[in-house]
Amino acid sequence: MAHTHKSNWELIKNGMFSENTIFRMAISLCPSIAVTNSLKNGFFMGVSVIFVQTMVNLTVSLIRNFINPKIRIPIFMMVIAGYVSLIDMSMAAFARPVYKQIGLYIQLIVAFASIFARAEVFAVKNKIIPSVADGLGMGIGFFLAMIIISFFRELLGKGALWGFPIVSGNPLLIMILPAGGFFAVGLLMGFFNWLDAKLAERKAAQETTG
Amino acid sequence: MDFNKLFQLIVAASLINNFVFTRFLGLCIFFGVSKKMETAVGMSITFTAVMVISSALSWVVFKYIMVPLDITFLKIIVFIGIIAAFVQSADTIMKKMSPSLYYKLGIYLALITTNCIILAVPLINSGEGYSFLESMAFGVGSGLGFALALVIMASIREKLELADIPAPFRGLPISFIIAGLIALAFTGFSGLITL
Repeated sequence: MAHTHKSNWELIKNGMFSENTIFRMAISLCPSIAVTNSLKNGFFMGVSVIFVQTMVNLTVSLIRNFINPKIRIPIFMMVIAGYVSLIDMSMAAFARPVYKQIGLYIQLIVAFASIFARAEVFAVKNKIIPSVADGLGMGIGFFLAMIIISFFRELLGKGALWGFPIVSGNPLLIMILPAGGFFAVGLLMGFFNWLDAKLAERKAAQETTG
Repeated sequence: MDFNKLFQLIVAASLINNFVFTRFLGLCIFFGVSKKMETAVGMSITFTAVMVISSALSWVVFKYIMVPLDITFLKIIVFIGIIAAFVQSADTIMKKMSPSLYYKLGIYLALITTNCIILAVPLINSGEGYSFLESMAFGVGSGLGFALALVIMASIREKLELADIPAPFRGLPISFIIAGLIALAFTGFSGLITL
């Protein structure tokens, strides 16, 4: 994917849908289950990833001409770890209650395959603006996945959204238990596969008739 | 020396707080290498070894370098550096010393750097203020827990190849649902030991 010719908007859309980190590439799965038991946690996780991914892509793209390819892996790791420390400390200072629940997973953004992969396959070969667009797209894709999963889990598991009760009655407690996270992601993945197959079918049908 | 405490830590880390099923870490590798029993076993061995050594290394660095210099806020950067350096050197040494072992396990070694459990263990050790032996015990327990999870999953997925699954659920989605069922079973261990 050297020197991309796609427009910036296409790059963002690419990250959001066709190469969605969670549902399509199936990498960086740990937080998709660990922090999605409430919408708020999912939101903060998503925002942190958008920030880290965009800034890492920006930085790597800026210094791409000075990196010796042999030592690129440690350099990428340091860049990522720097931004993660930054967000880790700001969150510890400004969003204490959320940090107590998801702090460990924020620190573990360092080990995200998706962030490293974008630096490796995209930012190191492209100019600054497309790299930022790519980082934004990937980050937003991850953010959307977090929001969708945590929306369903909190609604079904607690009958609430963002901490406010919405539905009365007995919630499905299992959805906020660890096991429920696996079920939610599995079912959503299956649903998106089904949707994909349906859309492809319709497209094929249109092409043959029209 | 309180062996009882150490034993409790190992059991707690491997069964009650199993990394895969209750803390959801290392999922990428968990779903990636659990297709075949052989790869699952290879990964488990490499993983446990790296886990124990890296938790020992990072404990020493944390206690004797970072705390005296008052730079504990850099722990994310330092730990990932230690792990990456250790994995890289283990890779090189193994290639020279024992090519046959390298041929079998080298590929897993490369994958391990991107595993969040390996980084999570030193972070938790330093956060909880474990002693040296406690850190090692926590590392061993986490490694065993991960090995257990991988072996269970691999044995189920080998059978799954023959099952008739609805098309959209083939591959990853059904694996997630199975992992959910195993996680449900693992909740049965909660309350076994209170630390």
